[in-house]
Amino acid sequence: MRLALREVWTAFRRAPGLGVLSVFTIAFSLFAFGLFGLVAYNTRIALERLEERVEIRAYVTEGTEAEAVAAAVGDIRAFPEVASVTYVSPDDALKKARTEMAEFQDVFEPEFLPASLEVRLRAGMRDPVQVKTVATRLGGYSFVDDVRYGEEWVQKFYTMRRAATVAGIVLGIAFALAAMIIIGSTIRTSVLARSREIGIMRLVGATDGFIRAPFLIDGLLKGFIGGGLAVGLMWMTRTALTVTVFKFEFFPPPVLLAAVLVGAVIGLLGSSLSVGRQLKRV
Amino acid sequence: MSSGQPIVKFTSVTKAWQRGSGGLQKVSFAAQKGEFLFLTGPSGAGKSTILKLCYMDELPTAGDVRVSGLSALGATRTEISKLRRTLGIVFQDFRLLEDRTAWANVAFALEVTGTHGRAIPARVQKVLERVGLGAKMQSLPNELSGGEQQRVAIARALVNDPFVLLADEPTGNLDDRASRAVFQLLRDINASGTAVMMATHDLDLVRSSGLRSIELNKGALVFDSSEAPLPEREH
Repeated sequence: MRLALREVWTAFRRAPGLGVLSVFTIAFSLFAFGLFGLVAYNTRIALERLEERVEIRAYVTEGTEAEAVAAAVGDIRAFPEVASVTYVSPDDALKKARTEMAEFQDVFEPEFLPASLEVRLRAGMRDPVQVKTVATRLGGYSFVDDVRYGEEWVQKFYTMRRAATVAGIVLGIAFALAAMIIIGSTIRTSVLARSREIGIMRLVGATDGFIRAPFLIDGLLKGFIGGGLAVGLMWMTRTALTVTVFKFEFFPPPVLLAAVLVGAVIGLLGSSLSVGRQLKRV
Repeated sequence: MSSGQPIVKFTSVTKAWQRGSGGLQKVSFAAQKGEFLFLTGPSGAGKSTILKLCYMDELPTAGDVRVSGLSALGATRTEISKLRRTLGIVFQDFRLLEDRTAWANVAFALEVTGTHGRAIPARVQKVLERVGLGAKMQSLPNELSGGEQQRVAIARALVNDPFVLLADEPTGNLDDRASRAVFQLLRDINASGTAVMMATHDLDLVRSSGLRSIELNKGALVFDSSEAPLPEREH
């Protein structure tokens, strides 16, 4: 192990430029992938927040007994798709309208707006089909005059979300492949630069495992440092964007740790494959 | 290895290359413990192939090569690695690590074969002194002459106390004087009990030495001086 570490250090001292280039290639490849991930992550959060605004409003016929509405509220809360049901009285609706549209507050008269039930659905149950199902069931109550849920908006929103998901997966795979190819080529170059040494090691009787060890440590270290740098670069970019554009959410710590580990694993695998290929030749 | 058993034995060895040229055709011979054996013949005759088969860098297409009892048929990579620790290999182009001193080049062979760290300095010093480089241990290869670089390569080959030294044109890149000095060193090594198999073009050297030689031509063994005296022929 000590000899393997010494060989790693010797190789770095011999060609520090190549070592630094490898680390930066890994860092920038992972950074590009991470930036894409950051955009995808923030897009997902934004879409989730938008999705939370999906609501169904059932307007209550004027003169309906309060007990009948209260009993129905209990029923509706028991629907598996429903997260919450709020009764909005004509007075509450009026207050809300006057607050949200202050310039028209003189237009709104008492009893101008009808009472309604504001129904919100659980996360994962807000797709157009489920929204429509719940809306239809609400329309079945005798005291419900009308049901609105912005059908067109919900439809468009889900189409957009599906497109974003597909684009995210395709682009994510493309970015990941590009990163792996670039990192693989860089590691291969640094292994090739030491092919003479590998040949001599084989000739004097070093085993494959012994020859591999310094290269694996080298790949692991470069990947680890590159992954760490990529996380640092992502954090700086996110901070700059938050200051200049709008608030960007950053990855939670487990994702950051995973990013560094992914760098280390890519470095390890890249080295293992390259040195394995080299060993077959000597 | 029991005495009397050959250290290297080729039995009807054929080596065919994918590109079709060169290789070996049904070559059979044996080298004995402590023997000095020349491999001669024109370029492409198969001398280097024989040496590569000895350290199992190549494996025979047909027939068998046995080195120190290990058969090339079915030898594992680990067995080959262990075999190489008991061989010394020297090349025409020295194959030294340019960024390491003579001392480090020799120590490298011990380190990568797992020799205990504390035993290394004394062994390296001893072998470098043996090849006449006691005063140049800290020199880098590019600070040494060709003959001296070849001595470092020989020291590296000797440091693991091999039973046979395989030398592929070790004097090919050296001037006459350095060649003779390196050859004398190989003879001294042989005199101390290590067998030597040396590929060379230098027929004068072979003739004047009076040592055993086998001659190859187009991959076939055409002459073995242990069976008949060396003929007068030009290459």
